[in-house]
Amino acid sequence: MKPSSVIKASVIAAFAAVTPALAEDAVRIGVITTLSGPAGYLGQDVRDGLQLAIDMEGGTLGGVPVELVVEDDGLKPGNGRQIAEKYMSDEGIKLLTGIIFSNVAGATVPDIVDNGALYISPNAGPSNLAGKGCHENYFVVSWQNDALHEAAGAAAKKLGYTKAFALAPNYQAGKDAIAGFKRTFGGEVVGEVYTQLGQTDYSAEMAQIRAADPEVVFQFHPGGMGIAFLRQYQQAGLLGTIPMVLSEPSTDAVVLNAVGEAAVGITATAHWNRDFDNEANKAFVAAWDEKYDRPITYYASQGYDTGLLIASALRETGGVDDIDALREAVRKADFDSVRGAFSFGKNQHPVHNWYQLDIVAGEDGKPMAVTKEVLLENYGDSYADQCEM
Amino acid sequence: MILILEQLLNGLQYGVMLFLLAAGLTLIFGIMGVINLAHGSLYMIGAFAGTWVATTTGSFWLGIPGGLIAAALVGFLVEATVIRKLYARDHLDQVLATFALILIFNQLIILIFGRQPIFTPLPEVFYGSVEIIPGLFYPPYRLLIIAVGLLVAVGLYVLINRTRVGMLVRAGSTNRDMVRALGVDVRLLYTVVFGLGALLAGLAGYMTGPILAVQVGMGEDILLATFVVVVIGGVGSIKGAFVAGIGLGVVDTMLRAFLPTILRGFMAPSDADAIGASVSSMGIFLLMAIVLLIRPKGLFAAGG
Repeated sequence: MKPSSVIKASVIAAFAAVTPALAEDAVRIGVITTLSGPAGYLGQDVRDGLQLAIDMEGGTLGGVPVELVVEDDGLKPGNGRQIAEKYMSDEGIKLLTGIIFSNVAGATVPDIVDNGALYISPNAGPSNLAGKGCHENYFVVSWQNDALHEAAGAAAKKLGYTKAFALAPNYQAGKDAIAGFKRTFGGEVVGEVYTQLGQTDYSAEMAQIRAADPEVVFQFHPGGMGIAFLRQYQQAGLLGTIPMVLSEPSTDAVVLNAVGEAAVGITATAHWNRDFDNEANKAFVAAWDEKYDRPITYYASQGYDTGLLIASALRETGGVDDIDALREAVRKADFDSVRGAFSFGKNQHPVHNWYQLDIVAGEDGKPMAVTKEVLLENYGDSYADQCEM
Repeated sequence: MILILEQLLNGLQYGVMLFLLAAGLTLIFGIMGVINLAHGSLYMIGAFAGTWVATTTGSFWLGIPGGLIAAALVGFLVEATVIRKLYARDHLDQVLATFALILIFNQLIILIFGRQPIFTPLPEVFYGSVEIIPGLFYPPYRLLIIAVGLLVAVGLYVLINRTRVGMLVRAGSTNRDMVRALGVDVRLLYTVVFGLGALLAGLAGYMTGPILAVQVGMGEDILLATFVVVVIGGVGSIKGAFVAGIGLGVVDTMLRAFLPTILRGFMAPSDADAIGASVSSMGIFLLMAIVLLIRPKGLFAAGG
C-alpha cells in the first residue's frame, strides 16, 4: 500500500466510525439565516446564540445530541425557500429556524409548515403570519414585528409627549413601524416622512424635522441607515434639542458601538437587555463574553432563547420523530427565558414584558443601554385575536 | 427661505460626494472602455482602511492618507491582475468579472473586520453646528466635505487641462486608437487613470465615514446613483461628472425635502407622503431619461 492510500483508507475508516453515530443520534436542526451583506451580523448573532446554548449543554439540547445545519439565504426570499426545500426533502430535517427578515420568512415559512415540519422563528414576526395566517407548526420566540414599535409609542406617550415626528424607509416594514408607533402613541403626528430604502444622506429630513419642531422624534431605520441617521442627527445639532424615542432594532449593541456618543440621551425600548437581573441571563452573558470578542446583541439572546425552548421540548419528547408531541412540548414554553417571564399567546407568538431603556455613556465613553422600567406588562400583539387555530 | 438655502447646501454636499465617485468611474469608462462595478468596493476599502488608521492612531487626519493609499494600492493591484485582461473583452465579461470582485472584496472585509459596522471618529472641532448666516445652522463637517469636493474639482481641472498627463487623458477619452498609434504607452496611462479613480473613490469613502455607516456593502448603495451621474454627464467627461453630480445631488435633495409638502397643498396628507416619497426616489432616474431623450450621449460627451 502506498502512503497516500494508507492515509485515504484511514481517513475513510475514521469517517465511517464517526458519521453513522452522528446520523443516528443527533437531531439535525436546519438554520436558514442571513450571513452575507450589511445585515450579516444579525444572522451571525442568532446562529452563535443558538450554538452557544448547545455548547453550554455539551453538544446537546435537553439531553438529546443536536447538530446545526446552517445556510446563508443572502436576504433573498427565493434562496430561503430553496434551502428549506433542500433541508426537508433531501436531508429529512423536521425542525427549522433562523430566518432574520420578514420578506424571507413570508416566502419560506408557509412552505415549511405545510410540509409538516416545525418552524421556530428567532427574529422575524410578520403580521400576515401572526393573524389569519397563523399555523400550528409556526412559533415565534422573538416578538411580533408591530410590537417593537408599539413599545416605542407607549414610551413616547408615557414620557408625556403629544407632538411627534415619525420617519421610516418607504417599504412594508417601515410603514408597519410608523403604524405600530401611532397605535400606542395616541398623540398628534405632525410629520410623517418615508425615506428611501438604502438612503445614505438624511440632511433633507433633518431640516424638515427642525422646521416642524416636534416634541419627540420616532424613527425606524434598520442597520447602516440607522447609524447614518443618528450620526447626522447629532451633527445637525438636533440631539439634545429634540428628544428621540426608538424601537429595539435601532439601538442594538452593534449600532450603539458604531454610532458612538451620538446615541447618548436617547430613549430606547426593548424586550431584552444585557443588564437583566435573572439567573438565565447572567449565565448567558457570562458565557457569551467568554466565547466571543464582540458585543452581545438582542439577536444573540433570541438565538439563545430559541435553543433553550428547543431544549425544553426535546427533554420531554427525546427526539423529533413524533411531530405532534414535539409541537405540544414547544407550546408549553417550559424554559427560563433570558428576558424573564415568557409564554406563548393564542397565535404562538410571545407574551412578555417591554421595557424602557436609557442610553447613557459607559465608563469607556461608549454608549450603553440601561434598563429603566417596565413599559408594557405581559404584552402580546395586535393580531392574536384574528388567529383561529 | 432659510430652509431652501439649507437644502441647497445639503444638495451640494451630496453632489460633490457623487462627483468624487463619478469622476473616477467616468474616466475609467471613457478612456479604458471598462465598466467597473467594483468602484464601490474601492470606496468601501477607503472607508475601512482610513477608519482603521484613524482609530489605531487616534487621529482623524492620519486616516485620510491611510484611506487614499489603501484604495489606490488596491486599485493598482486590481488593474494589473484583473482589469488589464478585460480591455479587449466585451462589456458583459467586464460586468461579470467586476461583479465577482465586489463579492470577493465584501467577503475579505468580513474576514478582516467582521460583519459589524465600525465607528469612524470625528474630530471635536466638527461637533455641533455653525451659524453661516443668521438663522442658518449647518454642521461644519459637511462644509468640510463641500470644500474638499470643490478643491478636488479644481485640482482635476488643472490636471486634465493644464498638464501633459491630462492631455493624454483627454486624447485617450476622445480617440483611444489614435493615441495608441502615436506611440503613447497606453498601458501606463491606463494604470495611472485607474489608480487615480481608485484614489478619489477612497477619499469619498473615508470622508463619508463619520456621517454614514462604515459597513460591508456600503459601496453598492451609492454605486447606482454614481452610474446615473456618469451617464447624464457623458461618459469620459470630468466636467460632465461635476455638473451632473452637483445637479443630481441638488435635485434629489430638493425633491425629498419639498415634494411631499407641495403635494400636501392639493391632496390628502397620506397620499401626498406616499406619492412624494415614490416620485422623489424615482427623480434621478426620470432626470436621466429626460437628458438621454434630448442628448443621447449625455451632457458633455467626450469624443463623438
